[in-house]
Amino acid sequence: METLQIQNLNVSIDSKPILKDFSLTIPKGEVHALMGPNGTGKSTLAKVLSGHPDYEVTSGSVLLNGQEILGMEPDEISHSGLFLAFQYPLEIPGVSIANFIRAAIESRLDEEETLDAPAYYRDLYTQMDMLQIDRKFTSRSLNEGFSGGEKKRAEILQMAMLKPACCILDETDSGLDIDALKIVAAGVNHMRSPKRSSLIITHYQRLLDYIVPDTVHVMWDGRIVKSGDKDLALELEDKGYDWVKEELAACA
Amino acid sequence: MSVSQAIDFEIDKGDFHYDTEYDYDAGTGLNEATVDYISEVKGEDPWIREFRQNALQVFNKKPMPTHWATKDLDNIDFNKIRYYLSKGQTPSRTWEEVPDDVKNTFERLGIPEQERKFLAGVEAQFDSEAAYSRMKEDLEKEGVIFVGSTEGLREHPELFRKWFGKVIPTTDNKFSALNSAVFSGGSFIYVPPGVKVKQPLQAYFRINAENFGQFERTLIIADEGAEVTYMEGCTAPKFETTTLHSAVVELVALKGAKIQYITVQNWSNNVFNLVTKRARAEEEAEVKWIDCNIGSRLTMKYPGVILKGRKARGEVLSIALASEGQHQDTGAKMIHAADETSSNIIAKSISVGTGRSSYRGIVHIPKNLKNCKNNTECDALLINNNSRTDTYPAISVRGDGNSVQHEASVSKVSAEQIFYMRQRGLSEAQAMSLSVNGFVNDLVRQFPMEYSVELKRLIEMEMEGSVG
Repeated sequence: METLQIQNLNVSIDSKPILKDFSLTIPKGEVHALMGPNGTGKSTLAKVLSGHPDYEVTSGSVLLNGQEILGMEPDEISHSGLFLAFQYPLEIPGVSIANFIRAAIESRLDEEETLDAPAYYRDLYTQMDMLQIDRKFTSRSLNEGFSGGEKKRAEILQMAMLKPACCILDETDSGLDIDALKIVAAGVNHMRSPKRSSLIITHYQRLLDYIVPDTVHVMWDGRIVKSGDKDLALELEDKGYDWVKEELAACA
Repeated sequence: MSVSQAIDFEIDKGDFHYDTEYDYDAGTGLNEATVDYISEVKGEDPWIREFRQNALQVFNKKPMPTHWATKDLDNIDFNKIRYYLSKGQTPSRTWEEVPDDVKNTFERLGIPEQERKFLAGVEAQFDSEAAYSRMKEDLEKEGVIFVGSTEGLREHPELFRKWFGKVIPTTDNKFSALNSAVFSGGSFIYVPPGVKVKQPLQAYFRINAENFGQFERTLIIADEGAEVTYMEGCTAPKFETTTLHSAVVELVALKGAKIQYITVQNWSNNVFNLVTKRARAEEEAEVKWIDCNIGSRLTMKYPGVILKGRKARGEVLSIALASEGQHQDTGAKMIHAADETSSNIIAKSISVGTGRSSYRGIVHIPKNLKNCKNNTECDALLINNNSRTDTYPAISVRGDGNSVQHEASVSKVSAEQIFYMRQRGLSEAQAMSLSVNGFVNDLVRQFPMEYSVELKRLIEMEMEGSVG
């Protein structure tokens, strides 16, 4: 069973079609990259997969470990094992990182279960150290006053604590300097495992130097138009997206 | 007043019954005989009776302030109210008769078993005599006086008479006049010079029908260099049969003294809660009002500080939660009357459903003063599309070298923020309550821990209700 199987997904917003017969399969344990110019629907895909209410899904199916997640509430999708690292993480004033992640973990427990607090904090500090987030940040309000790099690392921290089956990273590299990029990449690589899959949505090839993908897909006009191995990303960098458009035009 | 007339008044909530054995009582309605009766029962000195009668006159003459306040005030029928409950008249009901939602709230807030019966109106008295008498002994050693208003005026007139009715004169407003005529219960506290009372003094220690009553009168005097914290109220909903609460609280902080007054109010939704609270701060004294209003049908309360001495400081930290059908009309008054005085007002309100919150603030710095500072921040959070908030700041600053800062914000809980939290696995209700708790977090942290934990749970419950 694949981790993520998207079949013929059609999505509109305000009756304007954005995803057109979009299909993508990510086998267990693999990391796939999704690249493409602005406006092709990459972020829309991320939002739809996580259950954002603003988008109309007109047809198609999304199976997460064999379970249909289209139509599920965002928190149900989260409990089913999907995590979205936001492109623009939201600030939550007055809610500390420690308490927020704790609430997220507790939402997954059964009625009678309680969180093992010492184990929680041990895990939290381990992950924070690895992501080079100062331990003092546990009491900071989530994302409030954080720099771009700190916000992105906080996303990866949450991902590391929630241990999802399927990670979707939406332009995680935007706004990051090279050092922050390396730290984020190390965090994501550390989470690679045979049971876990990831979808890395990005414009730029740079991140893929550090998180080497198994497959690269190129998106254009609401669907995937070309797939290849990691060298495809290098070719794109070299030739630009116009190259893909020309190839498509030639085929049509 | 006949027995049946007396019983037949505004019980519109739940099943309540009265003992049938009792002495002559003041009955319903307010007139000179009512006031005489109250004074008689308490065995008061003539000057107090005169004070009350005079106040009654003032009350009768003053109009209802509906030209600026809500017209809902016109729904108060003064003739139907019982102004003094004598012993043996306290209402009661059985635990079975208590509505389920009340019981659920107690459960969620973790209220101790024995307290639930008192709060629900099943028992008229909460016996905390033991705790109170222990504390009383410690306080007596330091010369601290902590008694009820009746005892205070009778046993220590030289201390209390000096300030009684001076910070809030009878004529201040219609409801301070009412309180001055029929007051009963409340705390009278005196702290001698230099004494810093370590434990917060709690109204809770002296609970009985009178003290949780309608017309409490509190007077706290902290002598030079003294420090005291006073706490009243509780987060658990307090059921009341009566519909009008009109308390008066006067604080006097002499030179270098510090008073902190903490209130959490959660009266049931049938109550008009109209309170006058004011402090007088002398040179280098500090007064801090920490106020949380969650219950009642209508609360009107504007804690104030008159900064009478040089370098005095006043603060009001206020949280108001207006749920369906409620109106929290709160704010603060800072009257600067000396150089180098400073004041700080932070007011946060949450309006849920048709709930309405209003902020009214007065900041007054006259032209003869120098180097005074005020900082005001009032933030409102609207939860639903039909929620409402209004702000009426009245700022008057003159003179040289004075500064005033006023910031106000109105916000909705952002849908994107809720989505972000839901993506992490939180339900919509959990996300809402985290967001709202976050909004008031820096104020809630200033409450003593037992209150802040309960406050957070209360907000969670209100948010669940608003989303479902």
